[in-house]
Amino acid sequence: MKTKEPGMTLIVKTITRLTVGLILLYGIYIVTHGHVSPGGGFAGGVIIALSFIHLMLAFGKDLALKKLSRGAASFFESFGAIMFLTIGLLGFIGGYFFFNFFSKGKPFNLFSAGIIPLCNIAICLKVGAGLFAVFVALILLEIPIRKE
Amino acid sequence: MMIYLMCLILFCVGVYCILVKKNLIKIIIGIGIVEYAVNLFFVLVGYRVQGRAPILAQDQVIQNMVDPLPQALVLTAIVIGLAVTALIVAIAMRLYEKYGTFDITKIRKLRG
Amino acid sequence: MNLAAFPITHHLLPFFVAIPLGSAFLVSLLGKKLKGFPDTFSNLATFSLFSLSLFSLLLTKRFGTVVYKVGGWIPPIGICMVLDSLTSFMLVTINLVAFLVTIYSIGYMERYTAKWKFYTLFLLMLAGMNGVIVTGDMFNLFVFLEIASISSYALVAFGVEHEELEASFKYMVMGIMASLFILLGIAFLYSLTSTLNMADISRTLARIGNNQTVFFVAALFLMGFGLKAALVPFHAWLPDAHPSAPAPISAMLSGVLIKALGVYALARIFFNVLGMTAISSSILMVLGIISMVLGGLLALGQEDIKRLFAYSSISQIGYVVFAIGMGTPLGILAGLFHLFNHAIFKSLLFLNSGSIEYATGTRDLRKMGGLTSKMPVTGYSSLVGSMSISGIPPLSGFWSKLLIILAAIEAKHFIFASIAVLVSILTLAYYLKVQKLAFFGELKDSLKGIKEVPLTMKLSMIALSIICIFGGLLLIPGVQRNFLNLATEVLINGNNYAQVIFGSIK
Repeated sequence: MKTKEPGMTLIVKTITRLTVGLILLYGIYIVTHGHVSPGGGFAGGVIIALSFIHLMLAFGKDLALKKLSRGAASFFESFGAIMFLTIGLLGFIGGYFFFNFFSKGKPFNLFSAGIIPLCNIAICLKVGAGLFAVFVALILLEIPIRKE
Repeated sequence: MMIYLMCLILFCVGVYCILVKKNLIKIIIGIGIVEYAVNLFFVLVGYRVQGRAPILAQDQVIQNMVDPLPQALVLTAIVIGLAVTALIVAIAMRLYEKYGTFDITKIRKLRG
Repeated sequence: MNLAAFPITHHLLPFFVAIPLGSAFLVSLLGKKLKGFPDTFSNLATFSLFSLSLFSLLLTKRFGTVVYKVGGWIPPIGICMVLDSLTSFMLVTINLVAFLVTIYSIGYMERYTAKWKFYTLFLLMLAGMNGVIVTGDMFNLFVFLEIASISSYALVAFGVEHEELEASFKYMVMGIMASLFILLGIAFLYSLTSTLNMADISRTLARIGNNQTVFFVAALFLMGFGLKAALVPFHAWLPDAHPSAPAPISAMLSGVLIKALGVYALARIFFNVLGMTAISSSILMVLGIISMVLGGLLALGQEDIKRLFAYSSISQIGYVVFAIGMGTPLGILAGLFHLFNHAIFKSLLFLNSGSIEYATGTRDLRKMGGLTSKMPVTGYSSLVGSMSISGIPPLSGFWSKLLIILAAIEAKHFIFASIAVLVSILTLAYYLKVQKLAFFGELKDSLKGIKEVPLTMKLSMIALSIICIFGGLLLIPGVQRNFLNLATEVLINGNNYAQVIFGSIK
């Protein structure tokens, strides 16, 4: 009697092992180059969340939750929002709320445009963790079967 | 002009879906269609004839771009739409848990 | 005028949004682990917001209109935050009610699970409402409106029972449609004026002149914001949503949310941005009258105490919109004064119904009776609130209703004034019914063992009833000139809004 393994078939699992790291890396690339090319915090955050969801779909919920547990997702979500607000409050150094107080650098370089890359990273944390938490909460909601 | 007419047709299809269908999930899909129509309309407001994508690469000169401001606003509106869809789906699932059905004609405890 | 103080003090504007937002996420981060943390921290946050709003009253009296450029970008390229007298008036109303409601929730929310989730959502809703009032940019208004609305959808469904989920679903579908109409209106307005700053739109529309698109935009905004303000015929979500929410949330929804998102946004857009015309004035007045009459008639037959209060809210918002829609200085003054009064006494009445539910476990009027003997604080504060909303002198409600009727007579709308008087008598009728059935009379046997509610709940109710009793003092000429008249002048100014804003940018 074969016990049912969690997750999908062997082909899916093999391909997932190859691609999930690449998807994560692609998401991080879109976030950090948000001020040079289209994308930014939100799009990159969604792609990073998708890599974790991909892991959950292919391998079952236990392994994915071991990589990023529900408590950790909740923590990263609030932490991203607080980081964004702190960047805004730090703008008071320059005189205004959300003022761009870092050095601007040359355009089209990676280290340029002041606080915008930091804001992108904060938004990526919040959106990625939030989207994964929403997915986990909706999928793992246990509905008891009602007997009429 | 034809493009705006298409947006209007999409909007009407979505509103028909919300008003007439009895299944909770179909109402949620109808809301999604209406959101899609409004976002599409907003992006099309920024179209300029013979314009190109508003992305500045290293050695290109700024001319003939479509309006980038509606695109930024629609990005925000899509995120808001995602949040309400997630919330309304969660409430629909809890409703199924309590009432045992997705039919809105049977979920009518509040009257008067 | 001490100009040296100016650069420091006008930086307080972003804090109206930053403080509740930061506290919400801090409570979400640390609330599960530290036990008493959500209560104390949220109350600290709302208290600091309340003191900041009182300080903003002084600020706007001294410096006139304060315009804050977020990020240092000059409007109309950047987003600006505007603090004028109408803004500080609304800020004081909202933060006062929010502070007293958070004190109340310390005691009331013990019955629900996961109190930190409640405080997170509550503070997010407060951040959204403050943002709607403070901002000077159309799309920013939409974003903050959505933040407040989404938090209120989740809060209505907070205790996940049958009725709350059904009410929340109905509320959500209608609320989402309203927000989409508002977004469509902003899209049309952008295609006409190609700017999003409210002052710049006002200037451009004055230059373009009459245009068919402006009528369509006004209709879309009326539908969208009218649903948020629960005007008839967009009121159908309110009688289900407000009773099903937990009592502090009912107080916030009925007391401030429909005013900040609905009435304030309508007034700001119709007076300052689009410009008030005779057609829009008469439409607002007619919708107000219909809301008054329909809300009053439907409230007479209700057995559920919170549902009766919800229909009464529709009726009183009809008064406010009717008065503001008149467009005359006395009318707008009366409308704004009634808005402030209604926030105070409606939240007091909903907090009372929450105490009744906490003590007796029921909301049905037929099962109650003679509660004043066992719960004196609830009974007497409810008496003060009911007399005030019915318009009995010398409580605050009498003065505001008198002003509305006088303003209607002054503008020669005699039929509308007599309808307002009749609806006021109707209001007295159903509030007397509530008092008789719930508080006076025989104590039923099933209710013999009830006790008075905990201390924090009593404190809020006593504070709100004191403000009810002394609310009429706002009409003393010295106080009125500083508080209400300045707020009225902002709306009367109409299209001069643009010049005021662009003149105050430093």
